Order: sequence, then structure tokens, then C-alpha cells
Amino acid sequence: MTALAATTATIGTTAGVPVSWYLLLSALLFAIGTAGALTRRNGISIFLSIELMLNSVNLSLVAYSRLWGDRTGQIVVFFVLAVAAAEAAVGLALFIAIYRQRRTIDVNRMNLMQW
Amino acid sequence: MSPGLIATLAKMVVVLGFLLTVVPVMVWVERRGSAMMQDRPGPNRLGPFGLFQGLADAIKFFFKEDVTPSAVDRPMFLAAPVLALLPALTTFAVIPFGPDLVFHGRTIHLIVADADAGVLLFLALASLGVYGLVMAGYGSNNKFSLLGSIRASAQMVSYELALTLAVVAAIIPAGSFRLDDVVAYQRAHLWSFLPQILGFLVFLIASFAETNRLPFDLAEAESELIAGFHTEYSAMRFATFFMAEYISMTSLSALGVTLYFGGWSLPGVNLPAGWIGALLGFGILIAKIAFCLAVYVWVRWTFPRFRYDQLMRLGWKVLLPLAILNLLVVAALTIAGWL
Amino acid sequence: METAVFALFALLAVASAVVVVAHRNPVYATMSLVLTLFSVAVLFVLLGAPFIAALQILIYAGAILVLFLFVIMLLNIQREEAHHSGQAVQRWSAILGAAVFCGMLGMLLWRTHAAADRPLTGPLVSLKGLASELFTDYLLPFEIVGLLLLVAVVAASVVAKRPDAAPEAAVPSGAEPSEITTGAVTRETP
Repeated sequence: MTALAATTATIGTTAGVPVSWYLLLSALLFAIGTAGALTRRNGISIFLSIELMLNSVNLSLVAYSRLWGDRTGQIVVFFVLAVAAAEAAVGLALFIAIYRQRRTIDVNRMNLMQW
Repeated sequence: MSPGLIATLAKMVVVLGFLLTVVPVMVWVERRGSAMMQDRPGPNRLGPFGLFQGLADAIKFFFKEDVTPSAVDRPMFLAAPVLALLPALTTFAVIPFGPDLVFHGRTIHLIVADADAGVLLFLALASLGVYGLVMAGYGSNNKFSLLGSIRASAQMVSYELALTLAVVAAIIPAGSFRLDDVVAYQRAHLWSFLPQILGFLVFLIASFAETNRLPFDLAEAESELIAGFHTEYSAMRFATFFMAEYISMTSLSALGVTLYFGGWSLPGVNLPAGWIGALLGFGILIAKIAFCLAVYVWVRWTFPRFRYDQLMRLGWKVLLPLAILNLLVVAALTIAGWL
Repeated sequence: METAVFALFALLAVASAVVVVAHRNPVYATMSLVLTLFSVAVLFVLLGAPFIAALQILIYAGAILVLFLFVIMLLNIQREEAHHSGQAVQRWSAILGAAVFCGMLGMLLWRTHAAADRPLTGPLVSLKGLASELFTDYLLPFEIVGLLLLVAVVAASVVAKRPDAAPEAAVPSGAEPSEITTGAVTRETP
């Protein structure tokens, strides 16, 4: 094992940080992201909060992967990263198209379907 | 302080010393080299052959007046040079610079960060280099800076793809992301530069684009954009951008040399164990990096600048397909057992 | 030592997450998100996933957020305007809701740390294990994700394309000019 793996092999034994702390941190980040997504008016800021939420989910996936010693968590993170990239590209393209039409990204103004 | 920590700190000091020394030397090389190519003497007054020109430039930068325009976005403006310098300095951490050293019974790998994800870390940290440019351009509150930085970031992101694919193809025969293993593979077989000449060319061109050097320096385009993204910077801040550019050139050359030219090893030469071997290994690496840097200077003063759309077309329509082709060929050859 | 590193980067992650969510200027929010992603990447390394950490910095911080910055600068998105009626109530109820949610989730997770932590084994951390599992057990999702990225690239290019008014844009060779102008933001990195 390389130096990094040898060092990290001691992590997670009773002397280290319990995995539940990582899960708590992930919950906290998710809550912060949710608050942002619900509060902001700027479309890009909402998008950033969503990315924060996705990232907190990644953290909890890796934490569980560490807890159960199962690599599935890391692989799902891999896919989540790819999906987040695709979503960011399409979402930002949509924002550009919307901006061209309406010259604003304020989500309160996107009310064509409102009564 | 465990001995491992002390060893790592010592290696960091060595690497940082090397990187920071490269900058004044490169200043001299650039100016004398360009002078030679343009058939003029170049700086020859300060010391023999003008060797102290780099030192004089450093002193000048220290004493110059530091002007910060009033309308700039202060946190971004001030943070941008630092953000440009950090990735340049940290990427060298995964490059092995000598054979293993046995010191007081411990085997020290001459590499600052012996991570399992070596090359991937290099690419990840190098991709953070975009932010320094973007923040400089945005924070300067200046049309030319913004334009320069947007061009630069689009260019860097586009060529990162070709660079990454070329790097991945280079590590396939070695079968590991760790650069130590890549060097060991090249010591056992031949230098990767020969079977992967296409990949090497892609890497070379992409590395010119990554470091914003001519013929791809649209970001700084002296004759087009005043000074591009670093227009509003003076004295020490400008020097920081300058340093960041030279250091990232050095790191990327070190990566290219390690992937394609065998790093610190010479074919068929078994370096003696101990300090002599380590110093010789480091010296060989420095010599190869010096050759690469000379090529950088050579190309800069030879070719005209690419236009922005030509640059993008080259990156996406030429280099990316070539890099993919190279990857397929190398993978096929490795599976067939020829590499 | 490990606790100190965890504490530092967890604190950094939370602080920069709050800045992401609260700052009016979208450029500062994006740079804060870079810091958050970087801290979470360090936490990934602590959790024994150095490759995922490197991938997170490479993809998320190095490409996706650059794309965000591009769009923000291209559209010249200004600082969000200050308060208008009803915003304070909305903000505080969102914060309260998020806090309650976090509390509930926290309580759930705190009780779940049932199994003893196993030490990090070589196979868990190694790249070979990750890659072999990815390309054997998860080959179909891998290919589908590749297809998804292709679809995303095509979709983004089409949606963000500047609508061409002139008829000569219909000629295939006329595709170059619109590529240049939209090239800066519609390129996707896989």
C-alpha cells in the first residue's frame, strides 16, 4: 500500500472521527442548500444551492461507503458527478435562452404560467 | 514531529526552492533567447552575459509603486494573483524528482505527495488555475481585462480536455496513476515518447495553451488587449502573475518529461544509491525540464499568435479527436501486449 | 490530528456554504462554492476516497463552476436587489424549515451509527477496485451516463444557440459564426 493508504488505514478506528459526524455535516450542508434554494430570487443562485445539495449527498454517500466498507457508494458518487455536470450544462443553457427572451433571471418574473 | 513529516517538509523546501529559482533564470533565458532569435544583443550589462538581469527585475518589482485602481472589486482584485500562483506551486508536488533515498534506515520516496491518485491530482490542481485568471479579469472592472480573462478561461478549459486524454493515454501502459510507477515502467521499457508520438504532440500543443504561452496567448495579447487580464496590475502583483506563468510552465514541463521522457531516469543507467544518486536524478530531471523550457521560449518567438476562433477550432476539432485516437491506439496496443 | 483536520475543513465547508447561500453577488457565491467543494474533497480524502476527491476538484470545481462563472459574466448578472415586501418572512421561514429538517435528519443519522467502523482496507481505497467494479458490475450505467452527457452537450448547444435571423445561416458552412459567439458557454466537459 502506498503512503496515503497506509496512513488512512488507521482512520476510522476508535481513535478517529466517527462516520456519523460526516453524516451530520452532510445533513447540515443539505439544509443550508435547501434554505438557499427556497429563498433566493436569482436563478443562478438557486442553481448554486442545488449544486450544494448534490454535494452534500455525495458526502453522505462516501461516508456510508466508508461505514460499510462497500465501494458502491463511491461509484454512485461518480455517477452523481456526471449527472450534475450534465444538469449544469443544460440548466445554464436554459438560463441563457431565458435571458435572451426576457432580459432577466429573476425567478419571480417567470410567471407566464401563473394565474 | 515524526521523521516522515520532517522528510516531507524537507522535500517541500527543495521543490519550492527550485520553482522559485526558475523564475529569474527564465527571465534571463527569455530575454537573451529572444534577443538571439531576433539578431540583437539582449541584456548584457548586468554581470557576465547579463546574468543578473533576473535579479534586477525582481528588485525592480519590489520597489515599484503598487497601484490599485479605486473602482475595482477589491477582494477579487487582491486575491486573484494568489489564486493564480497556488495551483502552479502545488502541482509539482506529485512529480518524482529522484530515485528512492535510504536515510537512517528509512526509504524516502523523492516525491512530495506520494498519492495513489498522482496524475489525477496534478490535473485537478491545474484545472484550478482558471480561477486566478477569471477573478483578475472580473475584478479589474475593465473591458479589456474581462475580455482577456473570458478568452483565457475558455481556452484553458477547452485544452484541458485534450491534455487530460493525452495524459491518460500516457499512463495506460504503466497501469497506474502514480508517477513513480510511470517512471519505473519507462525504465523497464523505452521512453513513452516513441510509441506515443501523437500523444506527445497533443500534450505539447495543449500545454502551450494551458499556460497561455504563444502561439496561444490571446489572454495577454500585448498588441490586442493592452495586457489582457493583468492590465490593471502593477509591481508585485504583476510579478506574481508572471511567476505563476513561469512556474506553471515548469510544472507542466515536468509532467511531460515524467510521462514521456522517463522523468529522472536515463535509459540503461543505474544511478548509485544514496545522496549522489538522488542529486544526479534531480539534475537529470532539471536538465530535461530546462530543455522543455527552452522549447517554450523558442516557440514563443517563432510563431505568430492564433486568432480566437482558430484556437478554439484547433482545440475542439483537431486536438480532441487526435487525443481520442491516440488513446484508442495505446489501449489496443497495451491489450495486445506490445506496450 | 485527524479530528483537527476534520474540524477545520468541516467548519470551512459550512462557513462557505452559508456564504454561497447568503451573498448577494453571484460571482462571490460561486467562488465560495469552490471553497466548499474543496473542503468536501478534503473530507473525501479523510473518508478513504482520494480518487473521488480528485475527480470532484477536477470536474466540479474545475469545469462546472467555471461554466457557472462564464454564464454569470456573459449575462452580466448583477447583485440581487435588496428587500421587497414579504421577503423577510419568506427568508426566515425557509431558514426555520431548513433548521427543523436538519435537526430531524441529524437525529435520524445520529442513531444510525450502529455498526463499528471498519478500518480502511487497501481494496476500498485503491483505484483498481473502483475501476474494476465500475467496468464490470456497473458497465451499463456507465455507458448510459456517457450517452446522457452526449445528450446534454447537444441539448445545451441547441438551446443556447443564438437564433439566426438571416437566411444564409441555413447554409451549413454558415454554422461557424454562431459557434464562435456561443462557443464560450455551450461547451461541455465530460
